[in-house]
Amino acid sequence: MNKNKISWLFSTMYRIRRFEETMLEQTFKGNAMGVTHSSDGQEAGPTGVCAHLTDKDWIGSTHRGHGHCIAKGLDTKKMMAEIFGKSTGQCKGKGGSMHIADFSKGMLGANAIVGASIPLAVGAALSSKYNGTEKDSVGVAFFGDGATGQGVLHESMNLASIWKLPVIFVCENNHYAEATPVEYAVSIEDIADRASSYSMPGVIADGMDVFNVFEVAGEAIKRAREGKGPTLIELKTFRYHGHFHADDPKKYRTEEEDKKWKNRDCLKIFADKVIKGNMMNQGDLDMIKKAIDSEMLEAVKFAEESPMPNSNELYSDVYVNYEKKRY
Amino acid sequence: MTFDYSEAFRGSIGLPNTNNVSGSEMRYRDAFNQTLRNELSRDPSVFIMGEDIAGGAGRFEKDGEVSYEAKKGYKPLDAWGGPFAATKGLIQDFGPERIKDTPISEAGVLGAAIGAALTGTRPVVDLMYFDFVTVAFDQLLSNAAKSRYMFGGQTKVPLTMFARSGAGTGHAAQHSESFYSMLVHIPGLKVVVPSDPYSVKGLLAASIRDDDPVFLINDKKLINLSGFVPDDDFVLELGKGRYLRQGSDVTLIGMSYTSEVCRKSAETLEKSGINCEVVDLLSLSPLDEDIILESVSKTNKVVIVDEDTPMCSMASEISSIIADKGFDFLDAPIKKVNSPHTPVPYNRDLEFLFMPSEKRVIEAVKEIVNY
Repeated sequence: MNKNKISWLFSTMYRIRRFEETMLEQTFKGNAMGVTHSSDGQEAGPTGVCAHLTDKDWIGSTHRGHGHCIAKGLDTKKMMAEIFGKSTGQCKGKGGSMHIADFSKGMLGANAIVGASIPLAVGAALSSKYNGTEKDSVGVAFFGDGATGQGVLHESMNLASIWKLPVIFVCENNHYAEATPVEYAVSIEDIADRASSYSMPGVIADGMDVFNVFEVAGEAIKRAREGKGPTLIELKTFRYHGHFHADDPKKYRTEEEDKKWKNRDCLKIFADKVIKGNMMNQGDLDMIKKAIDSEMLEAVKFAEESPMPNSNELYSDVYVNYEKKRY
Repeated sequence: MTFDYSEAFRGSIGLPNTNNVSGSEMRYRDAFNQTLRNELSRDPSVFIMGEDIAGGAGRFEKDGEVSYEAKKGYKPLDAWGGPFAATKGLIQDFGPERIKDTPISEAGVLGAAIGAALTGTRPVVDLMYFDFVTVAFDQLLSNAAKSRYMFGGQTKVPLTMFARSGAGTGHAAQHSESFYSMLVHIPGLKVVVPSDPYSVKGLLAASIRDDDPVFLINDKKLINLSGFVPDDDFVLELGKGRYLRQGSDVTLIGMSYTSEVCRKSAETLEKSGINCEVVDLLSLSPLDEDIILESVSKTNKVVIVDEDTPMCSMASEISSIIADKGFDFLDAPIKKVNSPHTPVPYNRDLEFLFMPSEKRVIEAVKEIVNY
């Protein structure tokens, strides 16, 4: 891995961490117009996967989608403005935290129905195969452990398998679907085992170690680009915050559990590895952090100073070519 | 030969003037099949997905003999030709990548079609029976219809869906629905209901070429209906109704098969000196309010005929539009002829009582004609 890529892994994870912290702060200040879902703790997953993707590859995301957006290269200013509901937001303030999309970056949208974006990534892969561009354009479906209870995941995995589509199913198992533990809601221990029912490889990666995610995802994405079909990856991970901004996870998680995962924080693991391996030094890391800390201040300032949407925006974008009647 | 179809469509009598137009009599199902064929030939980004739209996927045939592998002189097997033969023969001319048989996975298949539509292709999904849309409803509502709006106009969803609706064929409660209003209720989705071979050609072509998601509902009772279809390529504008007949006493408003019921009722009523105007909506969303109000302003009396159950139906919506925007035109109460608020019964006698019939339309007209 070259030095630029290594430094990209760190800056992306740190950018996600700081974005989540900043947007939570702003949510509590009342600047977000609705609920927000932080992915802090899970940064290594989207980072390690998207490190292999270009703007021509497509990803589908979830209600906890800020990390996927950032890893796919979306602009944090426009993301913050979207959460503030402003006209300069990624979706003109009409989507909000749970629906950030950027089609120019291959981001099919955060999706607030659990599991609902999975077939979209399959469809993007179907487009690629149909157009003969699967080498350059794969579909990645991000979803949580909760989505494995949805029928549409199983339908999507079956379709991707029988049609040998270039899809990577990435389950971020953060061990809680809202407040419900995975041990209660999922009938098997390793979600990766679901792959065997659909004749595709099922692989587990350490979702706190970006190098491990990078390696496992790289293999799966290579397979997809070579026309060998889909893979299911399970990332064992943990969200530090509650399900949504105002949720207190102490109501359903123990302190030991939190501590156990936070001891394996992705930024810490990364720093240990790169410093020990002489790939980066503390000074390199601090420089990246400083730049991103000020990027967050700018993102908030941009969002604060941006105008609200014009009231005509209520009616626009419902149809492509029909906006005559307002019922 | 040039012919202005749009003018004929919106003109005082909606059916095309067929003098000097080359075309032929054909069944609704044949017009449907021919239009799909035209669109597949016209645009390489169009492909069709659905359960058994060919049937026997992955197998090949020659002179009725089936092979499990591709062999010289063998073509992809077209075992069913699709539900109601809508896609018959297409796989053999366009191949299995464009005529894509799917597993029975409505949500997954519709979701994949939406993903494909978001990324540069123009999928067409055959959902077989209209009732099955509920299995895929989340994808339809949350992804197909909302993506454009919630992503701030960044994207479009050029997706066409179709399925067969309606009672009258003994398919019973779970294969006979006409819940148009459940789809019309969804902003971002367009809903069209062609009522004859001519309109299915123009509306199906328009739906596939439209950049918004469109659901075409095909009443099973229309499938073998014959009518004139011009040879030329043409589209009908989505959101425009048409007059099937002019009249001065009462307006009858129909949609899909009930337009045919209205037309027949008007013919019968003419014999007793009652002169009805018949409006065929063709599109339910967008809805052509202008033609509804224009006709009611002339006749001052209206009967709306809708096979959907009555609560929150199209008939209810149209009544509300007339009450709101056409109140001064009315000389009599608005009459709705719906099915009763029940599931569709299996028994033939009960099923025929369930559907809006010519008899019930005539009763409704007689109730208000001398009001």
